[in-house]
Amino acid sequence: MSFDVPDDLRYLESHEWVRVDDGTARIGITDFAQDELGDIVFVELPEVGDEVTQEEDFGVIESIKAVSDLYAPVSGEVLDHNEDLFDEPELVNDDPFGEGWMLEVELSDEGELDDLLGPEAYDDQIE
Amino acid sequence: MSDDERADGGRRPATYDQARWTRGDEYEPLLSEKHGERVEVDGPLPDDLTRDELELPGPSEPELARHYTRLSQMNYGVESGPYPLGSCTMKYNPKFTEDVAALPSAAVHPDRVDERAQGILAAMARLQDYLGRIGGMGAVSLQPPAGAAGEFTGILVARAYHEHRGDERSEIVVPDTAHGTNFASAAMAGYDVVELPSGEDGRVDLDALEAAVSEETAALMLTNPNTLGLFERDIEEIAHVVHDAGGLLYYDGANLNALLGQARPGDMGFDVMHFNLHKTFATPHGGGGPGAGPVGVREELAEFLPTPHVREREARSASDGASGERSDPRAGGGEYEFYEPEHTVGKVHGFHGNWLVLVKALAYIARLGDEGLADASAKAVLNANYLASQIDYEVPHGPFHHEFVASAGDQDAAAVAKRMLDYGVHPPTTKWPEIVDEALMTEPTEVENKQTLDDLAAAFDAARRDDDETLESAPNRTTVRRIDQASAARNPRLSWQALDEE
Repeated sequence: MSFDVPDDLRYLESHEWVRVDDGTARIGITDFAQDELGDIVFVELPEVGDEVTQEEDFGVIESIKAVSDLYAPVSGEVLDHNEDLFDEPELVNDDPFGEGWMLEVELSDEGELDDLLGPEAYDDQIE
Repeated sequence: MSDDERADGGRRPATYDQARWTRGDEYEPLLSEKHGERVEVDGPLPDDLTRDELELPGPSEPELARHYTRLSQMNYGVESGPYPLGSCTMKYNPKFTEDVAALPSAAVHPDRVDERAQGILAAMARLQDYLGRIGGMGAVSLQPPAGAAGEFTGILVARAYHEHRGDERSEIVVPDTAHGTNFASAAMAGYDVVELPSGEDGRVDLDALEAAVSEETAALMLTNPNTLGLFERDIEEIAHVVHDAGGLLYYDGANLNALLGQARPGDMGFDVMHFNLHKTFATPHGGGGPGAGPVGVREELAEFLPTPHVREREARSASDGASGERSDPRAGGGEYEFYEPEHTVGKVHGFHGNWLVLVKALAYIARLGDEGLADASAKAVLNANYLASQIDYEVPHGPFHHEFVASAGDQDAAAVAKRMLDYGVHPPTTKWPEIVDEALMTEPTEVENKQTLDDLAAAFDAARRDDDETLESAPNRTTVRRIDQASAARNPRLSWQALDEE
């Protein structure tokens, strides 16, 4: 089975993606991750104004199979979280890179991006 | 023409589908929907605390009798057929144990003084002694009310031990294949959990263990045979590594059914363990009801056990860590007494634990005796191995003991399980442990005969031959059909009243 791995994103080994646009990092989980988890039933995210730290957990995702921690690909202050996921957690299954996004974070250290996997390296990891 | 009428003008007969009739697409209504009767409520309580009226079902007695009989038929238990739910040890609970627990003399008020409850105390002491000998442990507390509560208590004992020595430790090491309760018990006791990755053979990897253990390690929690049914052959080495670091070795009694009379956790180097009476010793699986998860410790840790603890007066020795004070000053005589262990972790349950559960386990142990218990384990291992040899699914890890984990391969293990319901048997545990793809974790226990095991194997193989479409629509022969788990979790309706909200 092959999974979507968009070229314009960077990835954490624990299957989170980040898209940086003008100093703002949007964060979610990958197509592979949503498929592994199965039907998502609950997502717990930090509040706006909270700080997240690279490679530390920022929230919890629950599917009918498992409960998993979510890890932050980058550090920074939370500018926004996707409230739609509270009522429609299935958005993560339907559109993990689009409407299923989770957080927007003000990137505190652009250098952190160098620690992340590129699309090819991530693709290799999930093969 | 309505659904209820046939082409010949006659009415279509109802079909009784397992426990509930259906007529066309119509299902037998819920009890609350039958002959409702509105009753006015008028009581002495203030109006804002009471309802004005209440809808009560008003079926006739035979209707009510049928309703409850059908409900009982909608259930599936070990008294309906094989129940090979891996890691759960769903053995049959012999009825004589219920008889023993129902004896009027077994019902004693927990506040009765020691000297007037000598029979109960003697029975408790005897069970402590049996369990201690089975586990190779120096002392046993019967107080914890469930397996997970036993784990938590055992970890509290380990913490008290370290603290008493002035040795603050912050971590508990747990293998990645361990039961979820291990992680939870360690976290509840205030420890950070260090997850230990399994080796490729499904056992503890000694190098990984060396790397995980440190002077912060309070304990390693392990079950043996492990979740794959594999015996941890390096257990003495493992004990050595943990003890060298100053940690304790904790035995999760989940898989003790493989060891009865064959090997003892205490002899392997384990310091603390819990017993799941509902698994190994044939007391009812709770479903939230009263249970018991006694904790055994080696002699040196006895002074930390929960209070009160039972002992034989004559057997009191300097090494048992007792304060020497009786729990009730009015208690003058008798051979047995409750006492408070010197550095007790306190109480983990009211009074002395769930006594009527304990007495069932005592009855079971006493009836089987040493030979019977050893035979139960041997047959549990034989049955698992025979069943595995008869099914077409691959079993990647071995040699295994009382349970095995088959792989459903390209099939969805959960769908296979649902399909097995159609073949009239309870399916195995699915999708866990994750070390096996699409895991079918299977534990037939010692109670099944060869014919039943053959039937069970036939159910596995029939599901293996079914195509994906058939599997995905299963089950089709059960009262309740495929449940939409995602909707159930996203929009839980937790009472019958919520049915009206849609």
